[in-house]
Amino acid sequence: MRNDRSFSLHIPEPSARPGGTPDFSHLHLEPAGAARRPVAETPGLEMRDMPYRFIRVLDEAHEAVGPWAPRIEPDMLLRGLRAMMLTRIFDDRLFRAHRQGKTSFYMKSTGEEAIPVAQSLLLGARDMCFPTYRVLGWLMARNYPLIDLVNQIFSNEADPLRGRQLPILYSARDYGFYSLSGNLGSRMSHAVGWAMASAYKGDDSLALAYVGDGTTAEGDFHEALTFASVYRAPVLLCITNNQWAISSFSGFAGAQEAPLASRAIGFGLPGLRVDGNDFLAVWAATQWAVERARANLGPTLIEFVTYRVAGHSTSDDPTKYRPGDEANHFPLGDPVERLKQHLIALGVWDEARHAALTEELDQAVRAAVKQGEAVGTLGESKPPVREMFEHVFATPDWRLIEQRRELGV
Amino acid sequence: MAGETRSMTMIQAINSALDVMLARDPDVLVFGEDVGYFGGVFRATEGLQAKHGLTRCFDTPIAEGGIIGCAIGMGAYGLRPVAEIQFVDYILPAYDQLVSEAARLRYRSGGEFSAPITVRSPYGGGIFGGQTHSQSPEALFAHVTGLKTIIPSNPYDAKGLLIASIEDYDPVIFMEPKRIYNGPFNGRHGEQLRNWAGEPTAQVPEGHYTVPLGKAVIVRAGKDATVLAYGTMVHVAMAGIEESGVDAELIDLRSIVPLDIEAITASVAKTGRCVILHEATRFAGFGGELSALVQERCFWALKAPIARVAGWDTPYPHAFEMDYLPGPGRLAAALARVMED
Ligand SMILES: Cc1ncc(C[n+]2csc(CCOP(=O)(O)OP(=O)(O)O)c2C)c(N)n1
Ligand SMILES: [Mg+2]
Repeated sequence: MRNDRSFSLHIPEPSARPGGTPDFSHLHLEPAGAARRPVAETPGLEMRDMPYRFIRVLDEAHEAVGPWAPRIEPDMLLRGLRAMMLTRIFDDRLFRAHRQGKTSFYMKSTGEEAIPVAQSLLLGARDMCFPTYRVLGWLMARNYPLIDLVNQIFSNEADPLRGRQLPILYSARDYGFYSLSGNLGSRMSHAVGWAMASAYKGDDSLALAYVGDGTTAEGDFHEALTFASVYRAPVLLCITNNQWAISSFSGFAGAQEAPLASRAIGFGLPGLRVDGNDFLAVWAATQWAVERARANLGPTLIEFVTYRVAGHSTSDDPTKYRPGDEANHFPLGDPVERLKQHLIALGVWDEARHAALTEELDQAVRAAVKQGEAVGTLGESKPPVREMFEHVFATPDWRLIEQRRELGV
Repeated sequence: MAGETRSMTMIQAINSALDVMLARDPDVLVFGEDVGYFGGVFRATEGLQAKHGLTRCFDTPIAEGGIIGCAIGMGAYGLRPVAEIQFVDYILPAYDQLVSEAARLRYRSGGEFSAPITVRSPYGGGIFGGQTHSQSPEALFAHVTGLKTIIPSNPYDAKGLLIASIEDYDPVIFMEPKRIYNGPFNGRHGEQLRNWAGEPTAQVPEGHYTVPLGKAVIVRAGKDATVLAYGTMVHVAMAGIEESGVDAELIDLRSIVPLDIEAITASVAKTGRCVILHEATRFAGFGGELSALVQERCFWALKAPIARVAGWDTPYPHAFEMDYLPGPGRLAAALARVMED
């Protein structure tokens, strides 16, 4: 018998599905310049409002406003723009390479380029990024060779990861880029451990980790926060909230109940909620967190609010589960366009130069793809099969030696 | 009851099993990452939310420990949850829930509580999915008593075994060979892709029927050797037997736990030779257990050492997938070897 005290099971639903009208009012955005900027040394408990604020620097007129507006040389802004544009052009071209059967898999980061690019430029050579698959911009900002990316994506003989890893799950230690894996969230605590090791050794190497909004549901995320808080590890824990996790909206990570940045509160950590499509805001928030960590005050959790413009991966068709024009309704615009307009407003950039740069980067990407194709695409070329048996252990045991012989390689 | 029969792919057969069970039993719930509105990344739950409602088939947070932990709680309450883990490679965050909770609950509570849950999950290689979309961890489950592990090799069995799993009173890991979701695969890469249409095992009744857990099936009768396989490897084994010219008996185990020990021993007692084929890594793989059982129970009938054909003892390698995954040639060579003795 049901009575008025019986329960009912709640299942979250997004504001709109295909055919519907997207609504992003639940994001509770604030205008540029509105959020306060506490000094970096402020105790965590005195910043419990910050996860509910919204840090945004670029206003509608493309001016940098408010207390978070960072001082960045135009040259640095141009480097940022270039890396963001390169990331986007590369993504587009390599996504198409998958359609042509040249690779088994690809994932784009379209619309999210400002986050890793700004952070990569800001952090130092000794710092380590613990990436997700959606932060190619980190490598682009550090001029990682395009040909090495292409060879990895084509799984060919020149693949720097020797054919062992799924396309785009890069590893680039010299570029401060930790080895990626397909399983979500499991490197968050590695970042904390890295930071603890740096602190133990008395070094100055910071760690920075990314997780997606969906991945904040994993236990690993919460464990990493606990360790970071307990040991005051010098680590920046970053959530790229692009609103979607494949077909599941961020409500399935609990973002309908409270902003993801507010996860920080229970750990006594500062939690910042930042416009992830605003290069200057990303820069300012990151700089603040770095300053805090360098003062030995430990970790910061930063939620970057952004939007996954493309499908999840080459295996995905997002029109099946969200309105086809949802990206156009997303209130934070396009990070590349916003930085470009800011540079134009500063008087250091114009449409002609932008078009020329687009052309130059497109040529560079085409050349790298051509060069990779000359080595071979998926199925045409691969590293020596013997590579399959290397690096399982530091020194192979009898099984691997016997099996390699059995296969005759 | 089982109703009209029609041709289904393995994905459609799985979808049909879930559909039938959702309609029959209000205590059946279907959930997992991207399972609800979207219908699953492999489309196994397509249309089920629209048909049965938001609270019967729904999405979950990306937290495998939470998915299986909550399934156990629901099962203890009296529901029959069917959880999907998007790729079995991602079940590991839930391993503690499976080992220390699902598999132990009935025992440690003296039968007061139990976890009648079904965990569906795509497994196995052959799709260029790289290390975390290709593995075959059945041995990790087989080693844990209290868990059942089922692996179908065709649409008919997939539906019947899945319904039997949902109706079972114990926790069942239902591993789905994703390489053969849409058509059989014999392990030869260059060949044209096949689909299920026209295969006798793709004729699937629309309604309710079961295939019992713990019953193997003889796919090909033979007198000179016994080949034990499951999942995708059943099809590879068939091609390998044909290639070898050996008159081998092919047994599709279908069920890892409970294991049909009688079917195995009866066959090996007859043939005197045994080759075990799986795509999981060889060392401490399920083939090791099969080999020990056959040796213990059929020693005096054996005419040759038992042979194992398996994935190499390396992590699953992306570009070397076809060098890694056992193909018909490796099985044929093993058959030739056991026939020499
Ligand atoms: C442990 C684990 N569970 C599930 C998956 C399957 N999976 C891959 S990506 C993804 C969605 C991740 O969403 P989010 O964290 O928001 O990152 P985004 O893709 O949006 O950048 C899922 C469920 C996985 N890779 N690892
Ligand atoms: Mg996301």
